[in-house]
Amino acid sequence: MGVIYFNNVYIAKAASVVGKLENEGPLGEYFDLFETDPYFSQDSWEQAESEMVQRVINLLLSKSKLKAKDIGLLLGGDLLNQCTATAFAAQSLPIPYLGLYGACSTIAEGIIIGGMFTESFKVNNAVAVASSHFCSSERQFRFPLEYGSLRAPVSQNTVTGAGAFLLQNTPAEVKLSSAVIGKVKENGITDANNMGAAMANAAVDTILRFFDETKENPCDYDIISTGDLGREGSEIAAELFAKCGLDLCGRLTDCGMLIYDYEKQDVNSGGSGCGCLACVSASLYFDKLLRREVKKILLIGTGALLSPKTVLQKLPIPSVAHLIGLERV
Amino acid sequence: MNKQEYVKYVEDREKKSPVIKNSILAFVSGGLVCVMGRGFADLYKSAGMGEKPSVVLASVTLVFLAGLFTGIGCFDKVSKFCGAGLLVPITGFSNAVGAPAIEARSEGFIMGVGAEIFKIAGPVILYGNLTAVAYGIIYYICKCFEG
Repeated sequence: MGVIYFNNVYIAKAASVVGKLENEGPLGEYFDLFETDPYFSQDSWEQAESEMVQRVINLLLSKSKLKAKDIGLLLGGDLLNQCTATAFAAQSLPIPYLGLYGACSTIAEGIIIGGMFTESFKVNNAVAVASSHFCSSERQFRFPLEYGSLRAPVSQNTVTGAGAFLLQNTPAEVKLSSAVIGKVKENGITDANNMGAAMANAAVDTILRFFDETKENPCDYDIISTGDLGREGSEIAAELFAKCGLDLCGRLTDCGMLIYDYEKQDVNSGGSGCGCLACVSASLYFDKLLRREVKKILLIGTGALLSPKTVLQKLPIPSVAHLIGLERV
Repeated sequence: MNKQEYVKYVEDREKKSPVIKNSILAFVSGGLVCVMGRGFADLYKSAGMGEKPSVVLASVTLVFLAGLFTGIGCFDKVSKFCGAGLLVPITGFSNAVGAPAIEARSEGFIMGVGAEIFKIAGPVILYGNLTAVAYGIIYYICKCFEG
């Protein structure tokens, strides 16, 4: 399977909800909603993340002036075991639901699959959503929050944020033009602190597949943005592109690098998590498309497909990167 | 670039933790914890306690303080700077037990707090005890030869 082209899928609306740290970051003004209480008025971190997903879906529905029963399909996922954050949010919605796990690439996976359903008129519209929460992720993948461990300089900070997109098959201002489904890559990296290095190959592979097949010029795109390689992974990706001889025309950037202020916020290599690409693309990039500041963009969702158990077993980290192309109509 | 070359390339370019700075901070802060402990011991002694009980009580005080600061959420912020200075002394042990306990509260007292409390400190307890047993056996054998 090569590049997938969509003729009839549009992104009508996008919505984003973030936490306090993300709101205080350089993109603060772009996000629709933020919450200063990390518990989102709930009793546990898992419920907090679910509440955030509910808020972002409700916000998307109210922006689209649609009721939940008008939505044909809900596709979403998060980082928690068994994708509970999204499933628990979905239980209050009368929408057929597909739970996805692509780690931090989930929103791209959701948009691609949702795009397929929408394009083939199996549904008239679909909502793709993805979320991550710093506290629930720390708990699942690292240490308890109050434990005083030190972080490695290459480690990343999980974004507390959620992003949702409304896909439809009637024309809107932003079009889903193309997609590439990533192949799972493993490059020998076993260090779960350095996920940027683990995912860089997968991102480079997917982007190379796109430009090899389409023969397009990267300069024709205004933004080529990976999801959460962070500063470390993004620098590695740039060096790998230079080695392969693909000039990305200075368009390469990364949501994990944009969402935080490296000087003022203690985030080491940058942001990560399903919410990273989801909330940055649903705010900053979608806004830029709507305002005609950019015309064509490529988003590459990057996911490190590890579990705490595989890390302890010292297995190399497999990664995947899915690409989606968005265009201002 | 094959996998070995890639792993080497990544390791070479990786920014390392500032070892010298961290060591100095750990040395100073760890020293301060010891000074505090000594201070408490002297205080208890001047209050009329014996040498042994006052030293034990000083450790208990440090464990209590570390637990308290873990609970109110500032231990991790301070230990980010002090590193091993706070984690290696008895204060770190208190934090390693307190932090998972607080977090597991949402799963209840039995399968939550009860099951998770030694998640981090468990290995130290297990291997600490095993080492003590091994040390005891060696000590016993040595004593036999001496006798």
